[in-house]
Amino acid sequence: MTINWISLTALLPLIGAVLLATLPKGAELRAKQFAFGTTLITAASAIAMAVQFQRDNTNLQFVEVRSWIPSFGINYAVGIDGIALVLILMSVILAPIVILAGWNEAQGGRWSVKTFYILILVLETMMIGVFSATDVFLFYVIFEAMLVPVYFLIGGYGTGERSAAAVKFLLYSLFGGLLMLASIIAIYVMSGDQGGHTFDIAKLANLEMSSTTQNFLFLGFFIAFAIKAPLWPFHTWLPDAAQSATPGTSVLLLGVLDKVGTFGMIRYCLTLFPEASKTFTPAIIVLAIISIIYGAILAIGQKDLKRLIAFTSISHFGFITMGIFAMTSQSQSGATLYMFNHGFSTAALFIVGGWMIARRGSSTISDFGGLQRVTPVMAWCFFLAGMSSLALPGLSSFVSEFLVLVGTYTRYPVAAIIATVGIILAALYILIPVQRALHGPTTPGNENLPDLNLREKIAIAPVLAAIIALGFYPSPLLNVINPAAAHVNSQIGFTDPVPTVEGK
Amino acid sequence: MTSNLIVYLIAIPLFSSAVLLLSGRKANKWGHLLGTLASASSFGVSAYLFTQMLAQPAEDRAMTQKLFSWISVGSFNVDASLLLDQLSICFVLLITGVGTLIHIYSISYMSHDLDRRRFFAYLNLFIAAMLLLVLGDSYLNLYVGWEGVGLASYLLIGFWNEKPTYATAAKKAFVMNRVGDLGLSLAIMIAFASMGTVSFAGIKEAAPQASTTTLTAIGIMLLIAAAGKSAQFPLQAWLGDAMAGPTPVSALIHAATMVTAGVYLITRSNFIFDAAPTAQLLVVIVGAITLLFGAVIGTAKDDIKKALAASTMSQIGYMTLAAGLGPVGYAFAIMHLLTHGFFKAGMFLGAGSVMHGMNDEVNMRKYGALRKFMPITFITFGLGYLAIIGIPPFAGFYSKDMIIETALNAGGIKGILLGSAALFGAGLTAFYMTRVMILTFTGTKRWDDDAHPHESPILMWLPMAILAIGSVVSGFLFTRGDALVHWLEPVVASHGHEEHSELLPPIVVSGIALTIVLIGISIAVMMYVRRPIEDVAPENVSALTRIVRQDLLQDAANEAIFMRPGQALTKTLIAVDEKVIDGAVHGVGAMAIGSGSELRKSQTGYVRSYSALILVGAAAIVLGIWVITQ
Amino acid sequence: MNSANYLYLSALLFTIGAVGVVIRRNAIVVFMCVELMLNAANLSFVTFSRINGNLDGQVVAFFTMVVAACEVVVGLAIIVTIYRSRRSASVDDANLLKR
Repeated sequence: MTINWISLTALLPLIGAVLLATLPKGAELRAKQFAFGTTLITAASAIAMAVQFQRDNTNLQFVEVRSWIPSFGINYAVGIDGIALVLILMSVILAPIVILAGWNEAQGGRWSVKTFYILILVLETMMIGVFSATDVFLFYVIFEAMLVPVYFLIGGYGTGERSAAAVKFLLYSLFGGLLMLASIIAIYVMSGDQGGHTFDIAKLANLEMSSTTQNFLFLGFFIAFAIKAPLWPFHTWLPDAAQSATPGTSVLLLGVLDKVGTFGMIRYCLTLFPEASKTFTPAIIVLAIISIIYGAILAIGQKDLKRLIAFTSISHFGFITMGIFAMTSQSQSGATLYMFNHGFSTAALFIVGGWMIARRGSSTISDFGGLQRVTPVMAWCFFLAGMSSLALPGLSSFVSEFLVLVGTYTRYPVAAIIATVGIILAALYILIPVQRALHGPTTPGNENLPDLNLREKIAIAPVLAAIIALGFYPSPLLNVINPAAAHVNSQIGFTDPVPTVEGK
Repeated sequence: MTSNLIVYLIAIPLFSSAVLLLSGRKANKWGHLLGTLASASSFGVSAYLFTQMLAQPAEDRAMTQKLFSWISVGSFNVDASLLLDQLSICFVLLITGVGTLIHIYSISYMSHDLDRRRFFAYLNLFIAAMLLLVLGDSYLNLYVGWEGVGLASYLLIGFWNEKPTYATAAKKAFVMNRVGDLGLSLAIMIAFASMGTVSFAGIKEAAPQASTTTLTAIGIMLLIAAAGKSAQFPLQAWLGDAMAGPTPVSALIHAATMVTAGVYLITRSNFIFDAAPTAQLLVVIVGAITLLFGAVIGTAKDDIKKALAASTMSQIGYMTLAAGLGPVGYAFAIMHLLTHGFFKAGMFLGAGSVMHGMNDEVNMRKYGALRKFMPITFITFGLGYLAIIGIPPFAGFYSKDMIIETALNAGGIKGILLGSAALFGAGLTAFYMTRVMILTFTGTKRWDDDAHPHESPILMWLPMAILAIGSVVSGFLFTRGDALVHWLEPVVASHGHEEHSELLPPIVVSGIALTIVLIGISIAVMMYVRRPIEDVAPENVSALTRIVRQDLLQDAANEAIFMRPGQALTKTLIAVDEKVIDGAVHGVGAMAIGSGSELRKSQTGYVRSYSALILVGAAAIVLGIWVITQ
Repeated sequence: MNSANYLYLSALLFTIGAVGVVIRRNAIVVFMCVELMLNAANLSFVTFSRINGNLDGQVVAFFTMVVAACEVVVGLAIIVTIYRSRRSASVDDANLLKR
């Protein structure tokens, strides 16, 4: 009997959520432990799946197709390639870390602690589903349904103007989703004219379309993903959402959900509309560069720690988008690796930043100061996370950032040169908060902040270890990503530019 | 296989650093010992490897050790691979040797610091990163070490970061270094795009086929990188502030090793610069400007460490100048780098010893007559002093004289200009170093009553003494039978041998240089021995002096050109983001709300108006149907 | 007799009713005008029944009467309640739905 690994992995958190709902009220500790256990089992299942993954096989693997709404040709169809596998792994590894790190963050919410974890588990199911769906309709349904738990997580458990931020997030995303829905309906109708209604990506990729149609449909998808990613100028929901959400929610939001945008660009924009992708590439590269520089500059000027991290992410997503659309093997692999690494480095920043904020009771950077002396371990963790965010060589994000840059340079040198300026700005946007929060004399009120406890150390250790280990030895991931990324490029018909001088 | 040992050079200090950082307070008792031991073992390994190399014929001396495939995507393949050749072994010996001495010195120097363990962890981290920098066999491997030393430097400059100015100095160093790193990463990108490889060997092979434009572009980018790391004009401003770090750090990182990485980079990239004359010209220009710039700044510093830092900048200018002169200069650049490593590290340690005895006072105007109280420090510092100003037979004489000579022989007007700059710089060096000597060790005592100058313990003066011996004999050893030149030949020699006409015979050049040095010394003596020295720097000085005191306005220029416009841009963009972009988003929302509240006014609440509307509507529909059906 | 005349009368009655609903303020009068309109419609139905020669129109007229009777019950109850609470039977005073 074969096991449908994807469905199994995706169902585990959902089953956990249902069981969690049956727990009696007030059993908060039990709820936390149960949710944590569920995410661990899910992670184990995903890792078991990853072990069986054949990395040189560019076809979709673990494919499972079940008829869902036959009258419309809608299937429950899942399957993963290297890119999706890496993102799923990232999601399921981050989930238990988020729960463990934010052990107490559900308190003070509008609803019960139990509900918080139910939402997280439901979200995890959807995260796995969205990366593995190979039916456009299924993808769309999950894409939109994901908004619901996140809306409640921000609006119900956040801080400050959480309701406003949640509504802003929801409306922004719905707007993009509707544009995508229009494109999906159009492409579905067209598939009907060309041999049978279907939502299967593989079949849709072969549709004949006029270039005008393709351009419009491409834009429908792209804007939805650009809002999700978020790309300048569709980014303004992110700082608000990140500022209001709990750190754990922010990790899932920036680390995983936003990746759906960049993942969608690869899986849907490039695959379904190769011609339109080529047409729009120069414009998108420009937007990506603006994101890189603009996000970095705004991060430098932020006074709020959470907003600052959100803006750094906008800069990072610029790199990812640039890598995707430069369409060289280095930039494409680099972009996917970047997604993975960004998940971890942002997680580290938000988790440690969240601890700092929870201890200090404020997220304004100037309220900190001298933490290096008071809470050395926490300060070190924050520093290391920051170094990862500025892509220090030897840490994982350097590998991906450099691959994106070098890959982009071979095709779009000017873009790469401008983007490289981002590394100077990165030094500023990390070192300024590091100096204000960690260095200098201890700000009054911070003298007695407690350092990390054992639970927190256990939560952050794997993240930091992964950041360092993958910086020195990224091959395990690259070996999985490379064939898939190369496959994407070849589908569109791009080959790497050849060096002018043949060296050895 | 001997080459299997190379990785241990890096692994030992790296492992020790990790242990020291992770083990927490319980390691406080033995942390410094482990750190020193790690550095010393690394030195032991490098000494062994050096003897192994000596046993080989010249062409077989280079060894590589491939560890694993680091990044491999498409045609972009970079191995984690180490290269130990004649050039890198010079650096390895310098780094581990001087590094170990400074570790020993720090045991005593930092003995009262609560964070001594952390200090040693950072030092070990630095040693590991610096070794990776010089041992990497490709530009990308070098890059890891390159930023690694930047990180270590940042951590060590900001070691006492409770003081906000120190934390700022650390940040400034890191950011300015990142500007240089921008150059390095672009150089790597250009190299990969044009030659399809980033390894030294690969690029060396492909370089002859590459266009001059490409090579010039790579060369200029590498020069930017070198300028950032080596505090060369125009990225020099961070070095003075970097003196915020503990003195052993200044000796190791900001004098002997890290700041010379730029010279290493240029020398290592000889195959690029030799084929890109424009880039090479820029290198010598940068070198010449910096050597004068540093020397001029050095004349007005009252802070002993900053005076030495300015001197470092100037001396690296000499090295850069030499490296820019092509195959004839590389060996001399490295030679000066090595001798400088001895005498400048020795002098910094001497300065640390003085500070140690003087309650961490750095202002030389508060010193004076320390010769009697710190005889060993005086002698070791004095030997370093004689070496740096280039008095024969001390080390600096050999190395600097070679550079001056080579510069003069560069040919034509260029040679004369460069040669005069180097000569003038030698005079300035003599002046400001004599000034440091006089202010610190001779004259009358000017210190406060609570200072009790005393000689430092043996753990501190022993490294100083060893370095002093190095600054006495190293120049002689390196030049005996052109030992270093021949040693480096396989790495840096040009492919075609070119003859240079000599502008002046060497003995005449040495004579001129010595004369200028003596003039510099005499001026200093006249100014600071004959006249009393005031405790506070005099205020009624010329505008020129004032500008020199402000480091030739380097910070003002950076602030005016980058910092303030940058801050303005940040503020503007934040406003734009809030008002324009987010404003547009909120505008859409406001529009929906606004149109709603406008339309609401039509709902009067009067039944009669509703019914009238229904009537009119019904009539309109009937009329419409009637019109259509007609 | 021409059946069209009944239709003219029906139209006239309907118009009087409609105008009354729109311009009068007194709820009772408005109510009576509504009845007038209903009856105008009834008259039309019966007339059309006569013209077409079947009983459909008359059946609908009966339904209308039943509905009208119910309406009177509910409507008058509302009017009386409003009058009790606001001491006025003017429809313009009953504008609570505005906000």
